[in-house]
Amino acid sequence: MSSESFRRGLRLGAPLSAVGFVLSLSFGVLAVQAGFTVLQAIVTSALVFAGSAQFAALAIVSGGGGIGAALGAATMMHSRFLAMGVALAPSLPGGPLRRAVEGQAVIDASWALASRGDGTFDRALLFGTTIPQYASWVAGTITGALLGDLFGDPERFGLDVLFPTFFVGILVADLRRPRARVAALVGGGIALALVPFTPAGVPVLAAGAAALVGLGRSGPTGHRPAEEAAAA
Amino acid sequence: MTLGEGQVWLLIGAMVLMTAGTKAIGPALVGGRPLPRWFSGVSALLAPALLTALVVTAVFADGRRLAVGVDTVAVAVGVVLMMFRVHLVLACVVAVLVAAGLRALG
Repeated sequence: MSSESFRRGLRLGAPLSAVGFVLSLSFGVLAVQAGFTVLQAIVTSALVFAGSAQFAALAIVSGGGGIGAALGAATMMHSRFLAMGVALAPSLPGGPLRRAVEGQAVIDASWALASRGDGTFDRALLFGTTIPQYASWVAGTITGALLGDLFGDPERFGLDVLFPTFFVGILVADLRRPRARVAALVGGGIALALVPFTPAGVPVLAAGAAALVGLGRSGPTGHRPAEEAAAA
Repeated sequence: MTLGEGQVWLLIGAMVLMTAGTKAIGPALVGGRPLPRWFSGVSALLAPALLTALVVTAVFADGRRLAVGVDTVAVAVGVVLMMFRVHLVLACVVAVLVAAGLRALG
């Protein structure tokens, strides 16, 4: 594993972790307000470590939903990691158990940044990017769960726009490739078209089908989203 | 919330198994084999497709309704700043301030 890539991942993960801290802080606040104990909120972030799934489940139980509905919504939101894991698999060494453990390091931003754009992934950069984000995710939840009453509604502070804005920043580097622009347009269109008709999570999962525009073509070489994001 | 403390623990346990399993299946089953050419072309486009879907659903979906709201405007401001090569983190901070400001005014 390249230590240089790992260090570059840590550097790329630092600003991401600031965003993640604020977002997980809002999760801690909302979870305790919904009825989770402080320990439950912290354990959720420490062991689940999946923002979209956590927020989806929380939204369901806060609205009076049961365990099945909450788990179903979380599963839908999280199902995109199936596709991400399949894409990542050839870049991971070792046996099935080791690869399954290393696959736990995948989160949206680190997966996108570690993509070399040719269908392969920089494993060291993936780990480096995820580590600070994990630390800040847990730290933010602890802060929010313990100090929740001081913050009130996180949306009042505009915190809900952090991640979409950040994802656009990651996308900008990718969209320099014409075929990536087509995939993005089609994926966004699929997701928006399905929003009125499907449960939360399904539109994003279905948008993955837009990647089929790449059928029959190998990914371009020389494209490094991580380097371009770092230079942004 | 209608769940008791024990039920919340049950939910957390189920989510841990679900998220860990979801992330493990691909790497464990596909293995360290090189991808076929057609698949590498597809997987290279998964990131832009999924990230775009995450962004548009975050800013336009309100439950099962499509709507333009404060979050849409705030993210748009962040995007414009990035187009003018403003640093990503600064663009995020400005987007948050715009959303907070508009909600304070509204």
